[in-house]
Amino acid sequence: MNNSLPDSTGHFGKYGGRFVPETLMSALFELETAYASIKSDERFQSQFNSLLKNYVGRPTPLYYAGRLSKKFGKGKIYLKREDLCHTGAHKINNTVGQILLAKQIGKSRIIAETGAGQHGVATATVAAMMGLECIVYMGTEDMQRQEINVTRMQLLGAEVRPVASGSGTLKDAINEALRDWVTNVRNTFYVIGSVVGPHPYPMMVRDFQSIIGKEAKQQILDIEGRLPSYLVACVGGGSNSIGLFYDFLDDAQVKIIGVEAAGHGIETGRHAATLTAGKPGALHGSFSYILQDEDGQIIPAHSISAGLDYPGVGPEHSYLKDSGRVQYVSVTDDEALKAGFELTRLEGILPALESSHALAYLETLMPNIKTDDIVILNLSGRGEKDLPTIVRSYTNV
Amino acid sequence: MKPMNNLSTRVNNVMSEKKKALSFFVTAGFPTLEITVPLVVELAKAGADVIELGIPFSDPVADGPIIQASSEIALRNGITLNKTLEMARQIRQQSDVPLVFMGYANPIFSMGLENFLSSCHAIGIDGVIIPDLPLEESEEYRMLAKQNNVSTIFLAAPTTSNERLKLLDEASTGFLYCVSVTGVTGERQQISIQAKEFLTRARTCVKNNPLFVGFGISTPEDAQQIAQYADGIIIGSALVKILQNAPLRQAVSDAVTFVKSIRKALAS
Repeated sequence: MNNSLPDSTGHFGKYGGRFVPETLMSALFELETAYASIKSDERFQSQFNSLLKNYVGRPTPLYYAGRLSKKFGKGKIYLKREDLCHTGAHKINNTVGQILLAKQIGKSRIIAETGAGQHGVATATVAAMMGLECIVYMGTEDMQRQEINVTRMQLLGAEVRPVASGSGTLKDAINEALRDWVTNVRNTFYVIGSVVGPHPYPMMVRDFQSIIGKEAKQQILDIEGRLPSYLVACVGGGSNSIGLFYDFLDDAQVKIIGVEAAGHGIETGRHAATLTAGKPGALHGSFSYILQDEDGQIIPAHSISAGLDYPGVGPEHSYLKDSGRVQYVSVTDDEALKAGFELTRLEGILPALESSHALAYLETLMPNIKTDDIVILNLSGRGEKDLPTIVRSYTNV
Repeated sequence: MKPMNNLSTRVNNVMSEKKKALSFFVTAGFPTLEITVPLVVELAKAGADVIELGIPFSDPVADGPIIQASSEIALRNGITLNKTLEMARQIRQQSDVPLVFMGYANPIFSMGLENFLSSCHAIGIDGVIIPDLPLEESEEYRMLAKQNNVSTIFLAAPTTSNERLKLLDEASTGFLYCVSVTGVTGERQQISIQAKEFLTRARTCVKNNPLFVGFGISTPEDAQQIAQYADGIIIGSALVKILQNAPLRQAVSDAVTFVKSIRKALAS
């Protein structure tokens, strides 16, 4: 039943849609048509699948985390290793798809926004591989905390444009990318990095990321011969989580949990838990839950993880929250840091701070599960990019 | 013809005198909360045919740096949608200038479309422009606006197809806001050939509404040049920049001087 959404106007129930300046509408129609045509285009699909296999390194392993499971005393935890993708996170699944599409419709200039820098790096990487001009908008605050990724993008030949307006984070980078797109719409393809933005982006990015869940489902059936009891993934904009969840939405016995960033704590107001503490509104092209004050102004988010530091969330997540299919919870900066550190010591895997949020929720989940329950957790990215932040916090953990 | 509300009547009156209509945008609460009401009243006296009162938003994606900065300052000054409505009420007590709100969807959604539009009606606001609410998302808005006799002004862009221009014309009342270039608000070196081509094309598709053109018009010369292709001119960033640069006590008089210079350029 969920496979029919969004509807033909780009809505997931009351969420989604297209809330953009008129100048962009023709580009969105063009994109929608082009995307519909490549869905059944064998040449495109075989090119896409071949790049996912030989360039991105798919399928990614589903790894049984034995020492982590043992710590909780019951249940089995499997990690979907998106951190092993080329460039270090799931982001590149989507980037490969969108840039192939950009080439197909003859757009020579690629723009993107980035928060943690993972989407920016993935976009710059694929643009380099395909020989396209690439400009990445990034908040000045994020440029500071993700310095390594800024250098990587520049090495890849991308131009990183600093965005100092607003809070200097992902939200402002998206604003500036949208302004660029409005200005250069005729020759420019905007590669959005998450399941946010106007229709058809939330659908298209979800479809490109849904490979995560498709693989995981096949893998767990091969290994365990049954479906998992729980899926757990972190939610910022929501692309890695929807990627894992999508193929399981119709499997009612699978409980699905999205973990948001509670920052310093929901009660402090300094958090990025949009679904937990926001309310519906229009931001960045779609209607969805957003963090806003009583006058409809956007409240800057806070998270130690740049990739989750966003006051909006994909419209499909808003729909899944209201329908009750997915349960959304949140963990704090400190809880995430601690869980990431623990995984590093128990399994020899240094996770991204984003993924560490999903890991931290295991502390709440695991004591309450049945002995033979299986949990699949999406390890969306690796933690090298976060080393300065992690090292700074190390003494406090 | 569709039934006319105030805005259509007044715009038509201006046009029947063979004058080009002149619309000016100001950000509510910029540079101070106190200045907005007297500023608008004086601009109307100086020759503005329509005033667009901008409702500040934290994330104005259709705006260039000048209006972005003015919105940020207005928000820091404590502007809210309720205060903006109150300013409009006070303006209406002193002036019958056609008054149009221009604001992004979210603050309006936050207040509630029905609440917002019935307030507009009660105050005597003539029309509303919501730059990030395209036709496809506008059904409820248009219905409630019609009930409240408030004009719905849609934007059209050089990337808008002929077929779509016709739909936008059907959905608009008062005037159709033609964006001169693909881009955000703000001054430009020159009004491009693109604008002339677009307006010529729009003229062949749009039958119900006068064409107002905005984005990038900043000098009397720009206004004169582009006015040949449109029924009305919209100036925003250039005026906001004058307010930004003037010492506070001189802001209103500098703005009035600017409006008069544009009016004069269009009269000659």
